[in-house]
Amino acid sequence: MKNNLLARFAENIFWLARYMERAENLARILEVTGAHSRDDQGHQDWTAILEMNADMERFREHHRRVTVRSAARFYVLDQDNPTSIVFAVMMARENARSVRHLISTEMWTQINMLHARLKELGGRDIVPTRLAGLCGDIKEACQAHTGITEGTLYQDEGWSFYWMGKAIERADQTSRLVDIGHRRATLSGHAFDSLALESHWTVMLHSAAGYQAFCRTHRVRMHPSEVLDFLLLGRRFPRSIATCLDEAHAFMARLRDLHGVDVERAGLPLLDGLKARLIATRLEDVVNGGLHDFIDDVQRQLTAFTSELARSVFGHDF
Amino acid sequence: MSQRTRLLADYDPQGFYCELLGAPEECGRSNSRQASSIGTIIGRLDRLNLKTLRRRARDAERELFNLGITFTVYSESQSIDRILPFDVLPRILSAEDWRTVETGVKQRIAALNLFLHDIYHGQKALKDGVVPRELVLGNENFRPEMVGVDLPGGTYVHIGGIDIVRDVDGRFKVLEDNARTPSGVSYVLENRQLMLRTFPDLVDRVALRRVNDYGLRLHQALAEVAPDGAGGEACVVLLSPGIFNSAYFEHVFLAREMGIPLVEGRDLFVEEDRVFMKTVTGPQRVDVIYRRISDAFLDPDVFNPKSVLGVRGLMRAYARGNVTLANAVGTGVADDKAVYAYMPRLIRYFLDEEPILDNVDTHICAEPEGLAYTLDHLKDLVVKPVGESGGYGVLIGPRAKAADIVKRRRELKADPANYIAQPMVRLSVCPTLTAEGIEARHVDLRPYAVTGRDTWVLPGGLTRVALTKGSLVVNSSQGGGSKDTWVLEK
Repeated sequence: MKNNLLARFAENIFWLARYMERAENLARILEVTGAHSRDDQGHQDWTAILEMNADMERFREHHRRVTVRSAARFYVLDQDNPTSIVFAVMMARENARSVRHLISTEMWTQINMLHARLKELGGRDIVPTRLAGLCGDIKEACQAHTGITEGTLYQDEGWSFYWMGKAIERADQTSRLVDIGHRRATLSGHAFDSLALESHWTVMLHSAAGYQAFCRTHRVRMHPSEVLDFLLLGRRFPRSIATCLDEAHAFMARLRDLHGVDVERAGLPLLDGLKARLIATRLEDVVNGGLHDFIDDVQRQLTAFTSELARSVFGHDF
Repeated sequence: MSQRTRLLADYDPQGFYCELLGAPEECGRSNSRQASSIGTIIGRLDRLNLKTLRRRARDAERELFNLGITFTVYSESQSIDRILPFDVLPRILSAEDWRTVETGVKQRIAALNLFLHDIYHGQKALKDGVVPRELVLGNENFRPEMVGVDLPGGTYVHIGGIDIVRDVDGRFKVLEDNARTPSGVSYVLENRQLMLRTFPDLVDRVALRRVNDYGLRLHQALAEVAPDGAGGEACVVLLSPGIFNSAYFEHVFLAREMGIPLVEGRDLFVEEDRVFMKTVTGPQRVDVIYRRISDAFLDPDVFNPKSVLGVRGLMRAYARGNVTLANAVGTGVADDKAVYAYMPRLIRYFLDEEPILDNVDTHICAEPEGLAYTLDHLKDLVVKPVGESGGYGVLIGPRAKAADIVKRRRELKADPANYIAQPMVRLSVCPTLTAEGIEARHVDLRPYAVTGRDTWVLPGGLTRVALTKGSLVVNSSQGGGSKDTWVLEK
């Protein structure tokens, strides 16, 4: 008997992937920032993250100063902060709970345990000396989740929605990283000191887990447009926006060809349009001005795609 | 002989029937029981020491929590996941005992289905005076919408849970029929899984009846009662109120075991009196709905208009025979505690057989002699409100304070029809791991019967255990736990 995937479950699986991916990215950013922000300019790095996520106002409600401790509390422990790690994992678990009969027991158990562990965390666990280690552990747990999913999730429609969600979230996160890096460079008092700038690009590449891959394929000195090119268009780099869009496209095509989902209506043209725009953009130009607007536009397109999917496939419009 | 202390050395069933050792007079003596598989298992248990047992119990509890085998308590936007406390000492039923339970449950389910068909069709049993008219027609769970509606196979109670206790003489007695949405079967299957993992040494080469084909049997039974038009393969779904329901884990579990979609009301809609679910490729026809929401929330057009859990138009599709609901609408009449009292008479009336499983003696306070007897013997009786579940509102006469007895006497006189009274059953016990060691705790048993065209009973069922010393209340809402229930092949 053939049971088609319920629209609501497609959405749950899509968001399960996105929230876990989000938690992983955030953990990596905090890990890298924690390690690189020990100097007197450190608070600026956290400020950049807060501004990037448009969190400053909510942050100020509970914290007076931007410090490693307050930022870590906000981004790791705060269950009421919708951009915290614990919140992302909680949402991933809620989505997993809804589709628990469709995902593997191993996937569920691991998320359930991770969630229980995060809820137990307290102030002692996020002191500066432990923060990087903790974030490393969380990142690894998220990666274990990805591995378990790869190894155990039945490859039906839900599977395609899962990996599509992951690809879209990765594209979105990489675009945020680029924006954070750009902001840090701008906030930095040494904005025009090329060495200081370079360290910002280095942190950015580390935050995207792309530093070594970049070094293997590029010259020693970092040119901003090359770093941008790597993060936005880099072929073979799993977190570049273009790679993620290609993957999302492949999963959409699979949903169309194997499962009869109407993906033309569901935003496939939006994905393809975004990819074409990326390729056509001269990165030299946006580095010298308009990078933020450019990234903003990429994010708007990704959001538009998700809304289109929600409307036409996830049943918001039935 | 080993000098180590044996696990059961200090165990004392305190004069109750023991599910492991047998009748009080047999306990501790060698008998036929001990020469059988039960004896083998007792011997193995006995050789475990308390420390090992506690360690394994901790491992099992942690596993339950990690697997998320929990019921969820929601308060002030915080969700708290609790596991149903699990006792690692199994309850064991001999093949012979099980035969009695199994045939008795089948008989009871058959009578329940005939009775329900009758009250929604010819009402012969009412005309013949077997059950008082007003008890059925005036019952708040009687659904006039069901009058004249024909159901596939005449099956109303697709999933039945019959609560059974064992008296001091070892005889099984029915305490309650659950004909609406009996829950707990997921614990039976998960408990077994857990026991096999935690105590592989205990079951080594002992023939136990398996429980893991429950999902398959249930799916088959539900497909058997699909509407005629469903064609080759019926689309069966499980309808849940959603993740905020305390039994959500069980809904997930059953949907997974059956491999069917777990839907909520918002995933379904009715068009031209047919039910559809919203899938990623558009609407798909639904034939059978195993619903885990009660009648009142099924269809806002017919029942509670404020309900958002159900599906508008569902009852119309149901009445037209375009979809099967399991359990049927209106089965609540049959698991009413007042109707329960008439079950032995209904078994004789509909099946022309003697009941295999007796009721606990029941005095119906709606009847003058029942009320008179109850008022005269309040101190010796357990008095239950007929409309409550979960053990609420129950007065246990022998243990009640004088003031509570006075209060109940007043309530009985004011509204006698709301009560039944039963003698206090000296529930059987089972050795149970407690903070003090291995102690006797009272247990009951809920076997599950699945009915499509025929009835099948899951071998074993849910053994609930009152974890508090001396307590007779086994409900999970009042601190009860569960045990794995083993039925021996022979």
